[in-house]
Amino acid sequence: MSTVENLPFDPTDEGSQEMAPRGSAGAAELLRELGATLRMSEAEVAELVQEDPSEDQTMIINMGPQHPSTHGVLRLMLELEGETVLRTKPVIGYLHTGMEKTGEDLTYLQGPTNVTRMDYASPLFNELAFSLTTEKLLGIDEDIPERAQWIRVLMTELNRITSHLLFLATNGMDVGAVSMMVWGWRDRERGLRVLEAVTGLRMNHNYIRPGGVAADLPDGWRDTVLGFLDYLPESLDEYDVLLTEQPIYRERLQGVGVITAEEAVALGATGPILRSTGVPWDLRREMPYLTYDQLDFDVIVGSYGDCFDRYAIRLHEIRESMKIVRQVLEKMPRGDYRIQDKKVTPPPRARIDESMEALIHHFKIFTEGFKVPEGEAYCAVESPRGELGCYIVSDGSSKPYRMHIRGPSFVNLQTLPHMMRGGLIADAVAVISSVDPIMGEVDR
Amino acid sequence: MAWDLSKGLEGLEHNFLTGTLEEFVKWARRMSVMPATFGLACCAIEMMGAGGPHYDLARFGMETFRASPRQADLMIVAGRVSQKMAPVLRQIYDQMMEPKWVISMGVCASTGGMFNNYALVQGVDQVVPVDAYAPGCPPGPETLIHAINTLHEKIRDGHLTRRPGEGLGLHVEQKDGQRSDQPVTLTTAGSR
Amino acid sequence: MADDVEVPEDGAPSDEAAAEAAPEPELRFGVPVTRSRGQEVLHPSRDELVSLVRMLRDDEGYLMCLDVTGVDYLTYEADRGLPEGIAPERFEVVVTLISHRARQRLRLRVQVPEDDPTCPSIFDVHPGAEAMEREVFDMFGIRFEGHPDLTRILMPEDWEGHPLRKDHAIGRIPVQFKAPQDAR
Repeated sequence: MSTVENLPFDPTDEGSQEMAPRGSAGAAELLRELGATLRMSEAEVAELVQEDPSEDQTMIINMGPQHPSTHGVLRLMLELEGETVLRTKPVIGYLHTGMEKTGEDLTYLQGPTNVTRMDYASPLFNELAFSLTTEKLLGIDEDIPERAQWIRVLMTELNRITSHLLFLATNGMDVGAVSMMVWGWRDRERGLRVLEAVTGLRMNHNYIRPGGVAADLPDGWRDTVLGFLDYLPESLDEYDVLLTEQPIYRERLQGVGVITAEEAVALGATGPILRSTGVPWDLRREMPYLTYDQLDFDVIVGSYGDCFDRYAIRLHEIRESMKIVRQVLEKMPRGDYRIQDKKVTPPPRARIDESMEALIHHFKIFTEGFKVPEGEAYCAVESPRGELGCYIVSDGSSKPYRMHIRGPSFVNLQTLPHMMRGGLIADAVAVISSVDPIMGEVDR
Repeated sequence: MAWDLSKGLEGLEHNFLTGTLEEFVKWARRMSVMPATFGLACCAIEMMGAGGPHYDLARFGMETFRASPRQADLMIVAGRVSQKMAPVLRQIYDQMMEPKWVISMGVCASTGGMFNNYALVQGVDQVVPVDAYAPGCPPGPETLIHAINTLHEKIRDGHLTRRPGEGLGLHVEQKDGQRSDQPVTLTTAGSR
Repeated sequence: MADDVEVPEDGAPSDEAAAEAAPEPELRFGVPVTRSRGQEVLHPSRDELVSLVRMLRDDEGYLMCLDVTGVDYLTYEADRGLPEGIAPERFEVVVTLISHRARQRLRLRVQVPEDDPTCPSIFDVHPGAEAMEREVFDMFGIRFEGHPDLTRILMPEDWEGHPLRKDHAIGRIPVQFKAPQDAR
């Protein structure tokens, strides 16, 4: 039970991942840091770095991984001159769970259980991406019943609402509006009640599975969902009064963490970050999946690329999601909640008593798993954070040979050094909060 | 009079003055436990939910999550502890002042959970001594509050004036999803 | 990869028939292409990768690199879906690009041999690939030439081995499930 003082090395040292002071960073590294993203030539970068302060005025400090504002276990190494942030290096990996390796060891039916814990603020999206990819490999993606698709839309949009409420709560708290934290959780609880009524769990639902969804909507679901939808607009108006119209909040977020469209595209940013720069890219509109082509909703686009735009985009996306859910309530068809393919979906429990075949199918699906034809596929959905993709390579057995999730936060984090450059430390907190990373999908 | 403090408060012979004083100290300790922010993964969201208005930790005096471990008494390890995070966890635990307690929230913190692989420490009790294990994936706020209340009961009973470095190791039951018309029981009958 | 047309060594009829039946690999942007579940997949070699990606970005509108990942085909028994003329290697680096204008994705699969696990980095073309290439290095041990900072990103610095390789164990510890004890 020795304390860390007794060890001959510093166990929290990250070795070569640590950031070296600017003076010892070579010109090539600095070119890469700025020039590549901004597409500058070597001469232009040399001019930019000539305004170097002398080395003893800069300080490299460490923020995290245990820090209330880093949204999970993100470690930031900041090079500061006074309070101004010059360079940032995010160090991640503190939540690496080996989920992709575990995914190779679990069957396709168990896969959503594993994948759902990556982006734990919006778990249904991970399950959806995995299920869509599995269905594409199985070749049944055209045959998923209508009702199953509409249920998936309903649940994922409700999840988008709860995820954005979480963002509003944590964003408010990080900037200092602690009431927002309390209000955001109050409203999120109402949303979690709806999710719990349908899926049985408040989080990490394992509800969307290859073939459809795990269970049908319960009786009285319309009233439950409508109760939530009728309750929410008043809260959103309260947030507008508390945050949007408030001068302190605007001061803290407008003009902070600005990123241009070219930079965002070069860095691979998707989701609200890309939309805040003016690029109207939303997978639900541009490359529709499920039944989004039959739904009428707007894609919210910002113009300045700053933190305030990202906040406003997410606030309005809640309203758009509510619009979508109301349309789903009208259009929900009757039918099966999962595909009636005996090889893929387990039989209903009642039939197991009657039919030997059903019992055998149930047994095989739950122990060995269903076999998926060989090949590879990539499917992506628009999660609250950006493009969440799943790439599966199958070798014909019942477990994925390689399962990779393209986590949007992992790629979005690369925009952090760019957005924080030249800002203050307090702005750093606001910027991290506006990127809204979820470390579960960053580290997987 | 033997003032043997090596066993914490157990070694004292009490007269009527110091007995009451001890009760007062235990009351103060359990009524204002301050958790340190150690939310790692999904369980952190449920921990924040426990601090939210629905499940209100403030009624137990615990809504202030201290960012600095020097000011905290309780570390709720909420989430999966990876190999890279384990030394950081130990460092934060060492920075906390005695008396300090640890609740291992969730199955990943208690045993490694569903991730029995190379990347996770299979149970945070490999790194720090744990006083209460709260099961669930994630444990809802009700289970977390049950674990916290069990901890408070143990502080009140005097069981937690233990030697530093040893965890109590209580296994708490999962209490989520109980309907509000059924009372949630907070007994510790049958516990150590 | 130039057009691969098999030339029969002697004039035997069976070889001529075989030569006519051997398909030319379909080329797109100069590299062999296949379709996988409705998605176009290109198969450049390691040397062609950077120039192909650059050309796709500049001329064809594939402005964003969505994903760079790796696959270890060590224990893969089935058909890998490679076109004619591409020799399967142990590792593959899979790059996914997207063209917003055409609303289309494109996948590139690059074969990387086991005895020389290196691949050129596309960082100069897509700076967003930086973290993803570090992850592939960390998980598979594939070195990216030209990457500014090729260090471990997910595992601790001193970790030995590359976890997602098939010869790296999952690290499971045996668990014995016992009934709950009463004296708790």
